[in-house]
Amino acid sequence: MSTSPSTPAPESTSAAGTAASPATATPSATADATEAVVARGVERIFAGAKGAEVTALTGIELTVRAGEFVSLIGPSGCGKSTLLRLIADLDEPTAGVIRVFGKTARQARIDQAYGIAFQQAGLLPWRSVAANVELPLQLHGIGSAQRRTRVAELLELVGLSDFAGHYPDQLSGGMQQRVAIARSLAEQPRLLLMDEPFGALDEMTRERMQTELLRIRAETGAAVVFVTHSIPEAVYLSDRVVVMSPRPGRITDEVDVRLGDAADRGEDLREDAAFFAGVTAVREALHGHEAAPATGSARGVDVR
Amino acid sequence: MTATTTPTVGRGARGGDAGRAAGAARSARRRQAVLWGVLGIVALAALWELYKLVGPADGWLVGAQEGVTGSGIRLLPRTSDQAMPHVWEMLARIVEPVTRASGALPLGVVVLLAALTSLGVAALGWLVGVVVGFVLALLMLGFRIAERAVLPFVILSQTVPLIALAPLIRNWGSRLEFGAFSWESWMSVVIIASYLAFFPVAVGALRGLQSPDAAHLDLMRSYAAGWWTTLLRLRLPASVPFLVPALRLAAANAVVGTVVAEISVGFTGGIGRLILETAVAASSDPAKPWAPILGAVLLGLVAAGFVALLAAFLSPFRRQETVA
Repeated sequence: MSTSPSTPAPESTSAAGTAASPATATPSATADATEAVVARGVERIFAGAKGAEVTALTGIELTVRAGEFVSLIGPSGCGKSTLLRLIADLDEPTAGVIRVFGKTARQARIDQAYGIAFQQAGLLPWRSVAANVELPLQLHGIGSAQRRTRVAELLELVGLSDFAGHYPDQLSGGMQQRVAIARSLAEQPRLLLMDEPFGALDEMTRERMQTELLRIRAETGAAVVFVTHSIPEAVYLSDRVVVMSPRPGRITDEVDVRLGDAADRGEDLREDAAFFAGVTAVREALHGHEAAPATGSARGVDVR
Repeated sequence: MTATTTPTVGRGARGGDAGRAAGAARSARRRQAVLWGVLGIVALAALWELYKLVGPADGWLVGAQEGVTGSGIRLLPRTSDQAMPHVWEMLARIVEPVTRASGALPLGVVVLLAALTSLGVAALGWLVGVVVGFVLALLMLGFRIAERAVLPFVILSQTVPLIALAPLIRNWGSRLEFGAFSWESWMSVVIIASYLAFFPVAVGALRGLQSPDAAHLDLMRSYAAGWWTTLLRLRLPASVPFLVPALRLAAANAVVGTVVAEISVGFTGGIGRLILETAVAASSDPAKPWAPILGAVLLGLVAAGFVALLAAFLSPFRRQETVA
């Protein structure tokens, strides 16, 4: 356990924090866990054809503190999505341990300690927007009146209140993704796992969604593990960027880019010198220091 | 008869005007469909009469030997009143009494009653087939081994000719007897109809239940949803687009199975038996056998209509998924 005196992020300060769901972790279990995710010596080896083995991840040491926004970045095949799936207990490590809020990953999944969003919104096409957001609450036996209030809050949060009765095929890609984010927040998880949620969106929608995610995160105070392969996205969103490298998949570097409180970050930040410095730092970490080309005035600014 | 939902891709709510316009367009399309349907029937009748008018009365035989009856290959059918009665004669025959006996019902009424009997038997066969097919699909979904063990037999079962099966089933059924229960011939018909109906359901339902993609299954896993919950909330709704065509095929198969099984099992009272009976009388009453044939067509249409109705109820589950 960490000896850091920092208290866990305060419970949701917004209206989103009213409907307490029995499925979420008990307060005592989360209060003493200042780390949202702890991975120690995690390794994942996939069995290939004819006895061949593919080492997707090896020697992963990662700590995500409660309320912290951590991006996993790296080229294709570096195992960033695999790591996210291990944290979500959608897959199991071949070695090492993963703890989520002090519990095993499996227990955390059963306790609904996290919410998850994928690159594909993955909405159920036969369910309306409201019914899609409602799905996890319905599966965990929340009463219908409580569900309706919670869904209204969540749709308000992602700005889709007017679309509650629409169906996924009537929405744009960005709107579908917002529904998916609302769904992932349904049970007020203190950890959000996101696997390239904006990867399929166009640049403009993407930037708008990023700003919106920062706002939502500030309102909910949740820790976020965010998989991306976009350097600016990682820098703009994160408190810390974890740089990964393939063959075998491993963590090679970590870059601290604390560009200020999530709530204060606006579109202006994208043109801020600190932002460019962060981008440079991450790029250098990704490519190795000598290979990184100089980009703009930010060269030489050490943000670490 | 397919109630296809056209996915409307738009950002806002559809305006009232647009909705009304769409509704008007839909009713116009429906009117057009009916018109074309009627036109098709008229065209068929016209074609019949046209061939009857121009075709040779004794058909066209190739390689017939002088004085040897039954030799040669008939490439064109006979057009005599015996073989091809006029359309209006067939229609007139429907309202005439079935036999010359006093108090005999009109042929049309007899046909309708027989068709109704067959419809009941076919519906039962369809229901049994759907249930059996679905249970098999669930079994194959739940156990990988079951899929490998059962699926080949499911496919093999459809290669056994119906004619060979009917006497067997009647034979086995007649040996069943416990208490007040005794095997009736209509039960054999139900079994044979369901035997034909279960196949498309088993195969279609299995495909449908396996259709959810990995992301959806991951999502259900992340919610710690069990097998049954995943089945109810994800797999079942996702299977509907595959299930509806399967149900339609099953309905067609159940009708065919019923009509054929009635003849080979010897179940009296149904439309299949009536076709056989009236065909015997064809030499003296050539228009008569066509009435039960029309009745069988009607039976098929009602069955198809029933499934279309079912599909309309299931249409919310048939929305196309658009990939973000």
